[in-house]
Amino acid sequence: MSLPKPDELISDVKLHSTPAKDWMEIKPELKKGYYLSIVEPKYLEELDLNHMGKWQPYDEKWPLPDGWQETVKEELQRRMRMNRAFKLFMDICVRCGACADKCHFFLGTGDPKNMPVLRAELVRSVIKGEFSTFGKLFGRLAGARKLDEDVIKEWFYYFYQCTECRRCSVFCPYGIDTAEITMMMREILLELGIGTDWGIKPVHNSYYIGNHVGVPPQSFRENLEFLVWEFEEITGIKIDLDKYINRKGAEIMFVPLSGDYFAEPGIYTMLGYLVLFHYLDLDVTMSPFATEGGNFGFFNSLEMAKRLHSKIYDEAKRLKVKWLMGGECGHKWRIWHQYHNTFFGPLDFLEVPKSPITGTVFEHAKSNKIIHIVEFTADLIAHGKLKLDPSRNDHLVVTFHDSCNTSRGMGIFEEPRFVLKHVCNNFVEMPENTIREKTFCCGSGSGLNAGENMEIRMRGGLPRANAVEYVHKEYGVNHLACICAIDRAALPTLLQYWVPGVEVGGLHELVANALVFEGERSRDVDLRRRPLKTPVKGVD
Amino acid sequence: MNVGWSFLIFLVLLLIPWVGVGVLGLQGLFAIVIPYVCFLVFVIGLIYRILNWAKSPQPFKIPTTCGQQKSLPWIKYSRLESPFNTFEVVLRMVLEVLFFRSLFRNLRADLQGKKLIYGSAKWLWLGAILFHWSFLIILIRHLRLFTNPVPSVIQFLDYMDSFIHSFGVPPVYITDILIIAGLSFLLLRRLVDAKVSYISHGSDYFPLFLILGIVITGVLMRYNLKVDVYAIKQLTLGLATFKPVVPEVKIGTIFYVHLFLVSVLAAYFPFSKLAHMIGVFFSPTRNMPNNNRADMHVNPWNYPVKHLTYAEWQERFREPMENAGIPIDEEAEKEEHEWYTIYGPNKNLNL
Amino acid sequence: MYNAGKVIVFIVVLIVFFTIPMWLNFGRVEAIPQPELPKDKAKCIESKEYMRAYHMKLLDDWRKQAIRENKHVYVAKDGEKYFINLQKTCMKCHNNKEKFCDSCHNFVVTHPDCWSCHIAPEVAEKWQ
Repeated sequence: MSLPKPDELISDVKLHSTPAKDWMEIKPELKKGYYLSIVEPKYLEELDLNHMGKWQPYDEKWPLPDGWQETVKEELQRRMRMNRAFKLFMDICVRCGACADKCHFFLGTGDPKNMPVLRAELVRSVIKGEFSTFGKLFGRLAGARKLDEDVIKEWFYYFYQCTECRRCSVFCPYGIDTAEITMMMREILLELGIGTDWGIKPVHNSYYIGNHVGVPPQSFRENLEFLVWEFEEITGIKIDLDKYINRKGAEIMFVPLSGDYFAEPGIYTMLGYLVLFHYLDLDVTMSPFATEGGNFGFFNSLEMAKRLHSKIYDEAKRLKVKWLMGGECGHKWRIWHQYHNTFFGPLDFLEVPKSPITGTVFEHAKSNKIIHIVEFTADLIAHGKLKLDPSRNDHLVVTFHDSCNTSRGMGIFEEPRFVLKHVCNNFVEMPENTIREKTFCCGSGSGLNAGENMEIRMRGGLPRANAVEYVHKEYGVNHLACICAIDRAALPTLLQYWVPGVEVGGLHELVANALVFEGERSRDVDLRRRPLKTPVKGVD
Repeated sequence: MNVGWSFLIFLVLLLIPWVGVGVLGLQGLFAIVIPYVCFLVFVIGLIYRILNWAKSPQPFKIPTTCGQQKSLPWIKYSRLESPFNTFEVVLRMVLEVLFFRSLFRNLRADLQGKKLIYGSAKWLWLGAILFHWSFLIILIRHLRLFTNPVPSVIQFLDYMDSFIHSFGVPPVYITDILIIAGLSFLLLRRLVDAKVSYISHGSDYFPLFLILGIVITGVLMRYNLKVDVYAIKQLTLGLATFKPVVPEVKIGTIFYVHLFLVSVLAAYFPFSKLAHMIGVFFSPTRNMPNNNRADMHVNPWNYPVKHLTYAEWQERFREPMENAGIPIDEEAEKEEHEWYTIYGPNKNLNL
Repeated sequence: MYNAGKVIVFIVVLIVFFTIPMWLNFGRVEAIPQPELPKDKAKCIESKEYMRAYHMKLLDDWRKQAIRENKHVYVAKDGEKYFINLQKTCMKCHNNKEKFCDSCHNFVVTHPDCWSCHIAPEVAEKWQ
């Protein structure tokens, strides 16, 4: 996939001018590099979903099933019946435009249909045109239109140019959340049989194998073995994996992310978790089946999200653990935090999480009994239970990227910063309007981190990359820490394109880097084998 | 084009009472029947909208968290941006509804070369605050025409609003100036700002014209085309006490235009985007606490779904697991579980 | 219906808010006061309709003419001439502020500026 040079890519972006034609008159033109491929029908079939046979979005005529209009109308109405948020958001927008320039896809493309308000209007117009008397009477004047095949193409195109990051929702005076709308619209597309390759295959993998990338249990173990072997090579400390995999009766079940034991740089974060567990001699186990904390089901339908994560609680029951801990991930925590309790509660067979090291009872998770590993580590550091040497990260100037879902769907801002400030000496914040609740998405979330849509990913990631570029040039930032597995998969590509020279990694990689083990060996490299600024003097 | 059409509709609405009262002399219809009917439509319409929203459950607790969550006791959490209990949610809602807190956050993005620059942009907030607050005060102020004796609170409000006597008789209402400023800004912004203009429908301009029409007729009545306020109060008090009479003295047609536009606004209100006035209270991203992990939210249509069980999975991976040294769970038993789905060919649930 | 309790409270609050005139008047509504008109005069300086709507404008114009422009004669629409003077012209007939002016002004809640300089006949009488 060849992309134009960074400077050329966005030369067509104009944020303050709009097309001459009304948006309803502009037919959807599916640009290459902007949309995802369609999955092979067998994957949908095996997940008990409808499909439209073998086809691709670039086909002139889409093989929509007979009576698709009726299906769409029915499904729209069903979702308004089932979901107050969706119904309300369809009703109360006043088109004030406060959201318009908040979307990273709008900022990277200048396409007015990427303004959150117009993205929602793509559906709102049809609901008005098909169900409302006013809409039928006044048509375009009331912002109403009829459902036709172009509408479906437009929905597919634009609802897969939304990463459900909720940034628009922060600025909306009524809290209208485009993520909700995108979720509902993807559900309707799915019911027609439209599923993307990158959205469905991970679901299929997670359903049948246990994780998105389809790592079978034996490879899961082998990958971890490689990591601990590497760790032993560097530090001389041996981590015994046996106690961590499929062991019954542990206190804690840890659910990792497939991205973290599959590829760089995520693997160093996974290693970070293991190193921490070993350091604390924590009574923790992992299921070889529930090896995925993330949930691509969520990017297709809520039902699919529940189908994929049911196994987590079944596994917790089978392994007879007391409570659950989850790794660093973005949308995972949106779902774990905002959906799990409703999906699977009440979770009476578990106990309220209590740190076995510090004795802290995590009251805020007393009902659904799951805590974020960063909360766990922050508690450890606050109680002085970790011997840390932040100078071991002195070769890095670190900035922190708030992931969209953990920021706006959970609110974990201080914990990672607290940890970060204790494990490294050089920490720089990105500009104020691009962090915390105003953070920008990596541009590849919610099932968009594929190869075929690279152009939209690079465009959508522009605002994030821009902020990184600022601290890179201004303060020499060379490492971006994040608590999201998709970030660790997507940001390296993005930053390589926009800001070469900044590496990406998880928070616990830096924790592990800074941990001082008893009996460790002298070394002059970090866990990625990058040279340290001052070598570690150990007991050789 | 959208602007033109909605302005045309507004003009037609303007002409109706002009002809109806000025030419045909239908005072009774325009003074009593239409206001009553429209008020009824307003109230019943609003209740209908509320019930309609309330009919759908909010399946998940999805607050937009704009601040630090409540987690560890030594971390200060943001009570307003990440409320943990009902009280904090109420505070967040109060600030949202009365002071448009989210809108206050507004930023403006500009692209310079390949640099994105964000600046503060509070004008929209200011325009909206000016308009909404003035409207509310004007509405309350009008109670002087619907009550007798006029409660002292309303007299006081009226007095405060008109305390500037420097511009002649009668003293100007401050809210009159502010609402015109607010509305003009909102209208101009819609016309001039390329993005906002692009997303505007006719139904976005129409209420602006309608309310501007109401304000301008009202202002004209106070300062220029004067009408018999005594007679008007006879009428309005009659309406409020359900003993409506058309006063025998002739009231200027402009009053009927004013009243008719208000009636139209009332009737249009519940069925248009103006329903945001009550919709905002229902917004799940604002009116729910961020305490998901401490307090379970119940989804009324939650249903068990089809998923793979460990036993089925282990059977498939038994051999490689044994080879890799992963312990096998011999106790795991295959179990059938009840499941429903609202998707695909096996759909067995209709919600 | 979901969240029925909260929704019903909300509806009740809304209804109460929008029918507030009813509640404010409830049990205390007073009859509409009738301003007392001079008994022996058939007409004012202008028509009844004009006076009812525009008297404040007329008085304001008078004030400007008398004080700033030194003009003391007003020519009515029917050609008759009047001396521009609130106390000597208007209040010659409308000689009771309380029963004429105030009854209306209090009823519709207006705040005329007249009495910050002028003295009502009945007040003047009392002091004399």
